[in-house]
Amino acid sequence: MRALPQNRPARSGSAPAAPAPSSPRRARSVRQVGRPGGAWALPALLYFGMFAALPMVLVAYLSLTSWGGLGSPRFVGLENWSRLAGDPVMHNAVWLSLVLTVLNWIVQTPIALLLGVWAAGPQRNRAVLSAIFFLPLLLSSAAIAIIWRAMLDPNFGPLAWLGPRLGLGSVDVLGGSTSAFAAIVFVTAWQFIPLHMLLYQGGARQIPASLYEAARIDGAGMLSSFWHITLPQLRHTITTSSVLMVVGSLTYFDTVLILTGGGPGTDTTIVPFLMYRAGFRSWELGYASAIAFTLVVVATVIALLLVRFTGFGTMRSTREGM
Amino acid sequence: MSTTTTRPRGTASAVRPRRSWPNGSRRRPNLLAGAGSLLWLAVVGVPLYALLVATFQRSENYTSEGPLAPPSDPTLDNYATAIENGLLGFVLNTAVVTLAVVAIVVALSATAGYAVVRSRTRWTHGVFRAFLLGLAIPSQAVIIPVYLIIVEMGLYDSLTAIVLPTAAFALPVCMLILVGSMRDISEELYEAMALDGAGSVRTFLQLVVPLSRPGLSTVAVYSALQAWNGFLFPLILTQSHDKRLITMGLFEFQGEYRVDVPGLLTAVVLSTVPLFIVYLVARRSLVAGLMGVGGK
Repeated sequence: MRALPQNRPARSGSAPAAPAPSSPRRARSVRQVGRPGGAWALPALLYFGMFAALPMVLVAYLSLTSWGGLGSPRFVGLENWSRLAGDPVMHNAVWLSLVLTVLNWIVQTPIALLLGVWAAGPQRNRAVLSAIFFLPLLLSSAAIAIIWRAMLDPNFGPLAWLGPRLGLGSVDVLGGSTSAFAAIVFVTAWQFIPLHMLLYQGGARQIPASLYEAARIDGAGMLSSFWHITLPQLRHTITTSSVLMVVGSLTYFDTVLILTGGGPGTDTTIVPFLMYRAGFRSWELGYASAIAFTLVVVATVIALLLVRFTGFGTMRSTREGM
Repeated sequence: MSTTTTRPRGTASAVRPRRSWPNGSRRRPNLLAGAGSLLWLAVVGVPLYALLVATFQRSENYTSEGPLAPPSDPTLDNYATAIENGLLGFVLNTAVVTLAVVAIVVALSATAGYAVVRSRTRWTHGVFRAFLLGLAIPSQAVIIPVYLIIVEMGLYDSLTAIVLPTAAFALPVCMLILVGSMRDISEELYEAMALDGAGSVRTFLQLVVPLSRPGLSTVAVYSALQAWNGFLFPLILTQSHDKRLITMGLFEFQGEYRVDVPGLLTAVVLSTVPLFIVYLVARRSLVAGLMGVGGK
């Protein structure tokens, strides 16, 4: 977003220079020819408005209604909201979402950062390993959750073979509340670390080698270079990646649905899953809309912060490094 | 006059640090990093290996032979069973949806991106801001109204119902990618087109589209990934068996095949084959497209 105001004046500023030999009036007309009108943006705008922007407004309205999926929504005022405020399952879900977000960040950021910095280096086995590290990205969240559900199945999966050999008997990872939550943290880390690793790899490649050379001449060791050069140079990438992780934590619905179904009990029921359960299992779509609107608000705040502070200019340059 | 336009650009690129890894920049091999990378190789590689081995294992031998041993009696039966169970039909549905999504997204984001970059109309900047705000809106948050809209349009339980919102939610990231790549087209080229008397349509088709090809292919791959791997919209907006996409098909298999882990894992592997082919053919676009996925 930052790039927008910076780029425009630079471009239009250099524009008059080229056709200057002719009269100013002709130059202006030349610059007007071939400019698209705003109508070019209209189809995309209407389409996006219909299926993405309108629903954001609609979800606010639906949160004030009672609706079972059939017929039309009936206006009930703030009923859903007062119920939501006093719903212990929702309180628990907000808490779990928060814990999940923080744990995800703590687990994924250091690993992704170190792997990314490593992958940007000149090692010989780097290309082969990077190609393997990339593979989880080819799988959908649904596929990954299904794989791990199968791998963790206490009766028919690998654990049924491994458990007795480790002297543990039957191991039911997804049956215990702490271990099920840990499984979600692990599976999402397995799924998303490769992506963040790519971000850090791109970021680390942008760091000028001269900085490291200067540090070496000053007698800095590897750790000290990492601490004083790599980390500060990667701060934009760290911001971008962290924001993506936080926003991403709002979307782990499919992992939870397939891996644990929110259970045992409600011990892995995070906010997006609670929304799904209220909406499309209990068919209380008005109440589910109130939960969903909470998600919209949180996501919008994050989006505003994202546009305000990280500036997508950094993201563009990250991609160019690929 | 012409020097004033070229000089700033020249100095800018000269000052900008270039990335280079001279041979001596890192003399010692970093053992710690090497060990860490091998550890991660195990975390990623072992499950993927177990996944692949399981697909050649007979399900009755699976729990007794262990997940890592090569099957004593390898078989392709799992693949045959998965295909018999209609996996190819799911793949076909998914392919249709993916093509439609890519077509819509490419057409809409290219035209809108062109307007954002080149139009002098004031509100096009507002358009771009609106799309950027859409970047962080998770589709889960608005699935209920989307469901309402689809039901009201009479599209519930059709492939179109999946295509429409999937394409809409892919648009913000695609706009971001395309506007970035269209900004790199130089002013002089536009002026040359204008001097040639080209209108906006011709400029778009003969200049903007050819020169933003890398951006367009990234957009195509990104939206294809969204459609291919999408789960929520198919889950909520369709219900009949013959409208199943691949992710929903796997979900359905999971319900039916609890006891047949190798059969289930084979379906997972088969569902990934098309993306794996894209990975082999167009790694660069895929990586760029996946970086866009990060935005969701």
